Amino acid sequence: MSKQILRDPIGKSVPRERARRFVTGRGRYTDDTAALRGLHAAFVRSPVARGDILEIDCQAARDMDGVVAVLTHAEIAGLYQPWRAGNTLLPEMKAPEQHALPPARVNYVGEPVAMVVATSRALAEDAAEQVFADIDPLDAVADIETALAPDAPLIHEDCGSNLCVILTSGNGDYGTPFKDADLVIEDTVDFGRHTACPLETRSMLAEYDPSSEVLTLRISHQCPHQLQAELAKILGLGQHRLRVISEDVGGAYGLKQQLYQEDVLVCLAAIQTGRPVRFVADRLESFASDNHAREHRVSARIAVTKDGRITGFELDDLFPIGAYPQYPRTSLGEGNHVLRMSAAGYDIADFRSRLRLLFQNKALIGHYRSVGHPVACAITEHMVDRAAAALGLAPETIRLRNFLSDDSYPRKTPTGVHLHYLSQHACLDRLLADMDITALRSEQAELRKQGIYRGIGIASFVELTGTGNGFYGPGGIDVSGQDGCTLKMEPSGHVRCMPSVTDQGQGTDTGIAQIVASVLGVEVADIRVLSGDSEITPHGGGAWASRGISTGGEAAWQAAQTLREQLLMVAGHLHQRDPETLDLSKGHVVDAAGAQISTTAEVAHICYFRHDLLPDDMPTELMVTRHSVPRVQLFQATNGIQAAYVEVDTDTGFTRLLGHWVAHDGGTLINPKLVEEQIRGGVVQGLGAALLEEIRYDEDGQLLTATMADYLVPMASDVPDIQVSHVTSGTAEGVLGAKGVGEAGVAGASGAVLNAVNDALGPLGATVRRLPIAPRTVLAALGGAAPLTAAKTSGSGR
Amino acid sequence: MSEPMQRVALKVNGEHHVVTVPTRKHLADILREDLGFTGVHVGCEHGVCGACTIRIDGAIARGCLILGGQSEGAEIETIEYLSSQPGTRDLVEAFVSENALQCGFCTPGMVISAAALLAETADPTREEVRAYLSGNYCRCTGYQAIVDAVMKTAAGRRAEKGEVA
Ligand code: FES
Ligand code: FES
Repeated sequence: MSKQILRDPIGKSVPRERARRFVTGRGRYTDDTAALRGLHAAFVRSPVARGDILEIDCQAARDMDGVVAVLTHAEIAGLYQPWRAGNTLLPEMKAPEQHALPPARVNYVGEPVAMVVATSRALAEDAAEQVFADIDPLDAVADIETALAPDAPLIHEDCGSNLCVILTSGNGDYGTPFKDADLVIEDTVDFGRHTACPLETRSMLAEYDPSSEVLTLRISHQCPHQLQAELAKILGLGQHRLRVISEDVGGAYGLKQQLYQEDVLVCLAAIQTGRPVRFVADRLESFASDNHAREHRVSARIAVTKDGRITGFELDDLFPIGAYPQYPRTSLGEGNHVLRMSAAGYDIADFRSRLRLLFQNKALIGHYRSVGHPVACAITEHMVDRAAAALGLAPETIRLRNFLSDDSYPRKTPTGVHLHYLSQHACLDRLLADMDITALRSEQAELRKQGIYRGIGIASFVELTGTGNGFYGPGGIDVSGQDGCTLKMEPSGHVRCMPSVTDQGQGTDTGIAQIVASVLGVEVADIRVLSGDSEITPHGGGAWASRGISTGGEAAWQAAQTLREQLLMVAGHLHQRDPETLDLSKGHVVDAAGAQISTTAEVAHICYFRHDLLPDDMPTELMVTRHSVPRVQLFQATNGIQAAYVEVDTDTGFTRLLGHWVAHDGGTLINPKLVEEQIRGGVVQGLGAALLEEIRYDEDGQLLTATMADYLVPMASDVPDIQVSHVTSGTAEGVLGAKGVGEAGVAGASGAVLNAVNDALGPLGATVRRLPIAPRTVLAALGGAAPLTAAKTSGSGR
Repeated sequence: MSEPMQRVALKVNGEHHVVTVPTRKHLADILREDLGFTGVHVGCEHGVCGACTIRIDGAIARGCLILGGQSEGAEIETIEYLSSQPGTRDLVEAFVSENALQCGFCTPGMVISAAALLAETADPTREEVRAYLSGNYCRCTGYQAIVDAVMKTAAGRRAEKGEVA
């Protein structure tokens, strides 16, 4: 069939259909669906971080008006399968059993211990207050030192230790001295625990029809097929009797990617009561029981020669993951990416890293947008800057001397990451030009004379996008690395498009429609995209690892090509032309000269209603499904670089962002406007992580940040305009050449800010080694105040 | 113990409604659950996020901080109505064309706040827009496209009036 090139509307910033719905208040988020005779769930949650459940007395609650059911472990034991978050590729990893409601021991503040189902949420909450949960508190393991101490209380006695797993990576033994180094610098950076904090909290509505034994779960989730498969297993239902619908999702960012206890409980309650059961987490519940992310203490060593060649890099990541690994993906991803992606863009002969996952009595640590990459980037770039400062080199100079060279691809990093092509040099050039580094530096120097401390920080990163199933499938975890797309052409020539990838604001639906429109020669408006329904769409990954367009778009491209070939074959027969010479354009079949031969709708109509005009053996179906999975490499690795310009008030410790720049390689851009605001959105989340956001617990594991007044996220006035530039290079996979963009913004932002603040404080001899960089942290670095949590290690190189 | 209830008469988006609701139920939930205006979103229920922003007697307010009884006799406008009004249609179009939203959950509140800003200030600076919208939390966008959409609308309105944009 005739060759296809990328053409209109690929590359155009067409507006999103969902955008219009949302702006007019017509979103269909989970809690917007009414349910007749619906019930509401509320949870009794543990007030202590660790304790033994002595008794749960529900009688008073059961007696209350409007209460339909009160469930504790005793009521539901045997009705579902408990789960363990492990990976069979790592048999040594400890994967404690997790229950929907704990049978004997609570392990974090906010862990559900009983569930009340009543006719309204308010009544359910009233009744939950009447449940008497007698929990005998035990000493909690709330910080890294306690978890590692030899006499530490064991969070999971059957695990024998609070160490979940140790991993190492690289091309040498961890702890070996570096060769060929003129200078070795050591340092430790602490990364605070934060959370994705989507504006729409976790929300679900389960309905069970006992006559057909079908359970329908509407849920604000990123991966409906994954959830369908897991719930079927846990609840003992056939996968075909479970339907998971995630239509509009009010933000997810990795937080809505896993299975939560409440998901199972709400389904169980719907099955038990035969009535719809709804649960919407309130904000307090979100802070207490959503997955958190990124608590890391990373110690690193960098070895350099006098002329600025990095010869060695070593890091040690202590990663406390909370009470359990998250299910089903485990909490390994975050640490594993720190292990593998640190220094991935540099040509370093001697690289090794070690990761230790620790249990602690806090909420679970899971995936959050750009899993692990921001930590990998920040620690690497912090160390590179420290080396540059020690050698008196400009930050860009040391990077240029050590970036992987543009003509060295494809290649593998010392940790086994396959890189097909990176554009680090082009991105750096672009960034420096965009920010006008020379002017910025002279402004900085000028203001310093007046006692105004401004800093410029750059941070380069390599990221994995559109990941295949190399780690999950072979590890016994049913997370799909492939994504599919079904296309159905209606007799009218209009198209229904059903991708397995889901859209929670990225605009994936529109990007996919653009790809299909390009191949089929129709308008985007002639395509209806239906995503987020596990019963209708092909099985696939959903939204994770920036895969929407890089993987889902490729599947859509292939499905559209097949449909196109089918239409051209029928048209060729009808018009006695060689299909190879025909094309689809503007709703028509056209010849090589572009002359319109018939409308596409006429061909579709004939396929459905006029088989008499076609030979008996000519296939006429206009419904196609294709799947795509990265095979050449397990992901589309790409890269980018960011810069931050900050001003630090040395009296108050307050850091103000003055400017932020991004140069990123997203490959083919299907819709530049969507890409840019995706990247900016990520940057702002990264800026939040750098300066504001922290989930804090006290030493007893009590949650201290329980409202949005305690947990600060960036508001419009906290951030500057962000300049985004695109650099485009090739990929190994597929036709489209689109790489993931959803996580790039987060990946580099905190590293850039960390370096900028340290650049600002440089003349004062102070270094910040803790994120978020709260005023107290800055003042502590300046010697004026105690930090919130003291970093135990400090640098030796300065 | 049965739940204390209250009868509330109010006008929403031009229609008269009488609802009987628990006295402790806040207005955002009444609008959503009793009257079906699900464009009113609830993100925090403690007055911080701005997702529940509505207009009460012409002024912007947070639906989660007002109880049903306090809105007796009030005229309330939600995004479903405001977005269809001639006076806001340009703002709605600018949000769409600038892609000033992603998941859309903050958007109803954001649009209503932005409309109030433009009613007060015809020629805001980007900083003023950022400051005004700082009671509305958006977790998805980088805010920049939202600022672009507001600036574009302001410029369009000034051009319409014959003022130089
Ligand atoms: S829900 Fe009202 S301000 Fe957040
Ligand atoms: S668009 Fe998602 S919160 Fe603003």
